[in-house]
This record gives sequence, C-alpha cells and structure tokens, in this order.
Amino acid sequence: MRLHEYQAKSVFADAGIPTPDATLASSVDEVVEAAEDIGYPVAVKAQVHVGGRGKAGGIKLAESREEAEQVADEIIGMDLKGYRVERVLVEEAVDFKNELYVGVTMDRGEGKPVAMVSAKGGVDIEQVAEEDPDAIAREHVDPAFGMHPYQARKAVYDAGVPREVASDVASILTTVYQLWDDRDASEVEINPVMITEDDEVVAADAVMNIDDDALFRQQDLAEMEEEAYEDDLERKAGEYGFDYVRLSGNVGIIGNGAGLVMTTLDLVDYYGGKPANFLDIGGGAKAERVANALDMVFSDENVDAVVFNIFGGITRGDEVAKGINDALGQFDEIPKRVVVRLAGTNAEEGREILNDDLVTVEETLEDAVQRAVEFSEEEAQ
Amino acid sequence: MSVLVDSDTRVVVQGITGGEGKFHAEQMMEYGTNVVAGAVPGKGGQEVAGVPVYDTVDEAAREEDADASVVFVPPAFAADAVFEALDAPLDLVVAITEGIPAQDMSKVYKRLGEVDTRLIGPNCPGIITPGESKLGILPGNIFESGDVGLVSRSGTLTYQVVDNLTSRGVGQTTAIGIGGDPIIGTDFTDALELFENDPDTKAVVMCGEIGGEDEEEAARFIAENMDTPVAGFIAGRTAPEGKRMGHAGAIVSGSGTGTAESKINALNDAGVPVGDTPNEVADHIEDFL
Repeated sequence: MRLHEYQAKSVFADAGIPTPDATLASSVDEVVEAAEDIGYPVAVKAQVHVGGRGKAGGIKLAESREEAEQVADEIIGMDLKGYRVERVLVEEAVDFKNELYVGVTMDRGEGKPVAMVSAKGGVDIEQVAEEDPDAIAREHVDPAFGMHPYQARKAVYDAGVPREVASDVASILTTVYQLWDDRDASEVEINPVMITEDDEVVAADAVMNIDDDALFRQQDLAEMEEEAYEDDLERKAGEYGFDYVRLSGNVGIIGNGAGLVMTTLDLVDYYGGKPANFLDIGGGAKAERVANALDMVFSDENVDAVVFNIFGGITRGDEVAKGINDALGQFDEIPKRVVVRLAGTNAEEGREILNDDLVTVEETLEDAVQRAVEFSEEEAQ
Repeated sequence: MSVLVDSDTRVVVQGITGGEGKFHAEQMMEYGTNVVAGAVPGKGGQEVAGVPVYDTVDEAAREEDADASVVFVPPAFAADAVFEALDAPLDLVVAITEGIPAQDMSKVYKRLGEVDTRLIGPNCPGIITPGESKLGILPGNIFESGDVGLVSRSGTLTYQVVDNLTSRGVGQTTAIGIGGDPIIGTDFTDALELFENDPDTKAVVMCGEIGGEDEEEAARFIAENMDTPVAGFIAGRTAPEGKRMGHAGAIVSGSGTGTAESKINALNDAGVPVGDTPNEVADHIEDFL
C-alpha cells in the first residue's frame, strides 16, 4: 500500500522530520485560500499514485494569486498517467541551495534493509544508481538490532553531505529507518531533502510504501488507504480480491497460482495469440470465486475467447468445475467461448461434471491454449 | 534416492489444529509421510489426525524424536513459529504460510545464518520425495519416483512441469518448491547444490520467473559448480514492465535485470537449455537421461 505524499508527510511530521507548511485542497478556491495563508511562492502538487509527477505536469509553482488560480485550474481534474487528479497539496516553496536523497528499502538479495544517502538529490535516483552508483552511500542494517547511530553518520559522511548539515541529515536518516521498521514499510524515501540558505534541512517530498502483508498490525495506516484504479475492471478485481493485471490482447486468461498463470500468458503469446489479462484466482478457490473470475473476464470488452487453466493442489478440480457450470448456466447465451483445462487434485471428477455444452474441454495445457487462440482469431474476424 | 526428506523423516505439523493444518496432516500421512506430532500453543494433550499434539515444538521434538516440521500457522504468528522450530532445534523447517511480512522474514533470515537448520519457503508448496515422504501441500499422485531433481519458485508451475515429466515416464528424486517471496530460506543455488551432491539425481529442472536476480545467480553457480545437467523454464516473458504479477517477487522493474530475457540469457550462457513451453523442458530432460 502506498501512502499519498500528504499522508506520508503527516507521518513524517509526527516523527519529528521537518516538512514544509502545507494544506490539502480539492478546488481552485481552496488552493487560493491555502496559498494566501502560506504565502507565495507555493508549489501545487497533484496527490495521485504515479511516479514522475513533476515531469508529467502534476507539480507547478505559483508566485501570485493569479498564478495559483491558473495552476490549480490546470492540475485539478487533469488526467495524470490514467489517474484523475482530485486533490492537490499546496505547499510553501522552500528556497534551497542544495538537494539530497535519503531512503530505506529492503535489499532482497541480502535479506536485510539497506539505508541510502546521496548528495545528488532532486533527480531520478534510479538513474543516478545506474550511471553513477558511487554517488549513493549504502549501509546495510541488521534487522535484529536496527540501525546504529554510527551507521547513519557513516552513510552521511560517505555520501559527501555538506558538514554544516551532516548531523541533521544523519538524524533524519535515523528517523526514516525507525519509521521503516515501526510502520512495516517496504520503502521510505525523501527525494529531495532540501538544504536552505540558513542550513535548515526540510523533507520536500515523501514516499512511504507499506508492506500489504503487514497491514494487520498497521491499522491506522490501513485506514488511510484510498483505492485508486485505472479503470472499472481493476476496481472490480480489487473488490473480488483477485491479482489482476489488464493487458492489451483479446485472449482472457484465468488460472491458479502466479507462476502457472504467467506461463499460460506466455503460451498464448507463443501460439500467436495476445493475452488480455493476468488473473490469478489463488489457492483453494471455491465455486463463487470461479464465477467472479468469469465475470471479470467477460466484463472486458476486448476479450474474444477465454482459457481457464487449473492445476489443482490445494484447489479441487470438481469445485472449480461446479463453479464454471454454475456461472455459465446463468447466461442465455454465453458471451465468449471458454476453453477449460483441469489437472491435479480431483481433476477427473471435475472433467466428468463439466458441462460440455457450455465449454470446450482440453486435456493438456498446450491444447487448451492453442484452442483458445484459434477461437480468439475466429471471433476477431 | 533423495535430498532433505525420505521415509525416515519424522515430522511435526505446526498448526495441526487449524483447518489447513489438519487436512494436510492427513493428506501427508496418507501419502506415507511419517507425521509424529502436532505443535499448537495451548492445545497440548489433544490428539489430531491420530497424532499427539504438544504445546511447544521443543516438547514435540523431544518426546517424538522429530527432526522436521511443516508450518501451517497464520501469517501474523508464522515467523514466531519458524523461530520456535529453528530453536527446537530441527534439521528442516518447511513454511507453507503465504503473506508473512517481509520484515519478519528478514529477522528469520538473519537467525538462519546462525543455526544449522534449513528452511524451505515461506509461501511455498513444500518438498516431496516421491513414494517416500511429502512435507507440504503438493498433490502426491502426479509425482513418480525417478532420476530428476526439481526446484521451482512457483507451486502450480511445479505441478505442471512434473505432470509433463511423469506422463512420459520420467520420475523425480525430490521436488522442492522454494516459494515466490522476496526473502526465502532455501534458494535456487542451495537446492542446485543439494542435487549436484545427490548421486541419484541425473538431471535437474529449474523453474524460475521474472523479478529479482536469483536465476542469474543460479546460472553462475551452474556454470562454475555443476556437472549434473540442468534444464530451465522462466515464467513471465509476456509480463509488462512495472506491474506486479501475483508473486511478490514477480515484478519487472524495467532496469534490464529481473526480466525473463535476462534470466533466459544467463541460463543459456551457463549451458542450460530453457524450454519455451513446459513440455519442451521435459524434452530437454529426456535428452539428458
């Protein structure tokens, strides 16, 4: 789960990290009112879950009331990489002489957290990592002990942070690690940390991603979640609790287990078709879940045929077959042709009860995928 | 004949009083696994699926001479259950639980470096030595005893590849589902090393997927350390950049590493043929035998 900038900044502020004066606004009037309170210049920043907001026109400066009106009008309601901007953060534009980067994330290769500091802040840090990896100081942290203060100091000195602010930046890094640890974050990032003319340090942006698996013990953060979907299909997948990714093709794909579903996508491509989606119904699916999955895929108007690929382990083939029969039996006319392949636990029982009038049954994965691709080609003509 | 588990392995089921724990304890025993006890705090003295339940893993291990455990404990308590098994101590812990917080696993991973216990998983289907023992949720009936070792990040993909092997009469020494999470106990390299050192394993299948760099690392290990031939499969060739495809690890960052292409290239460079389909993987394995 990703927090919005304004939410992450409130978590930061509570933890004692300095942040600029800011107010959330959702209309032009509210933006102007906030800007007048804060004093010009202000930055108006779209609150949507996309990277690269600035480049995409989602962050703009306003130096006067007229500019605030104009900028607010441009940003509120705009489409930013598929998301409509409903709210903006109106923020004091900090005068700075220098920008830094500070972040903590999980190094999956090492199995432990890594704290990072760079004197090259305010730019795309992934690009810095690629082009000038030495410009980022890294310090791995023992998860059992947490970050020692000397590690924060070491990272700050290694990164070449100006001496005047070194101790303040080390203190921010220590707090960022503490937040990462306490709040079950997968990532906490400040880019940039601004250094003002008076050598004050201020978190001018805030990224905080929380491990979805840990939300059960981060209830207050979980309540901040505001669902944002690119389209109605993704909204529906969220409601049904499916792992779903919409793609641009016309062969709908339903399966159990991420690896097998990805393999089914790859085979559709291999046999000359185009996958319309990734949909994993997960382990142990019951009839209702199967019906929901079909509903999802039928709702995508690009889909011309569907392949259902189940390899039962914890999932039972007869339960899946019952779900397919029930779901399809409700239609007077089934909207798309469905190919089903059942294997594994109770697959034979499943194949026996599957209604052949409603679906095409294939024995092997390869046959099922090829048949679905054929159907999709016929349908598309 | 096998790596890590065989018919002598004495198994504790952690969480045996839960629905999943009880069901799979019974399934495992039906398959022939030597399940000797359950361990559930507060449920000591009960009997489930015909085996005694103890309050602690330590007690179960002492009383029943157990050397391995399977964890069917809900995510919020699963890391603690693994710590308990590591400290009992047992030789092998298989964590089936899906959805353990990454920071919990990071602490478990640190502890693993300090003990002799091997962890498989979490978020995995388990391990099976066909005809002898299975620890986990794998459907036993598709496996056949034979010469091929198998290691995979994905459960259902394991079943698919095994089905392709078994249906043409190619059996398995042991199959290990290592799980799709970012932080796991046993990784590809560990499993490949076990198979390399097993005289009965004549060839190995390695099933990977997009995300992370474990497959690239495994490719280096194969090139430098293995005589046993390996055939590979990589899921996620068609996955778009930046989207998470189910597994926590299965995301392509777009920076060039972690893609199906980079993994396939790394494996090919290490002399490992990679099948375009699961069936082609079985073809390569047949060529080796």
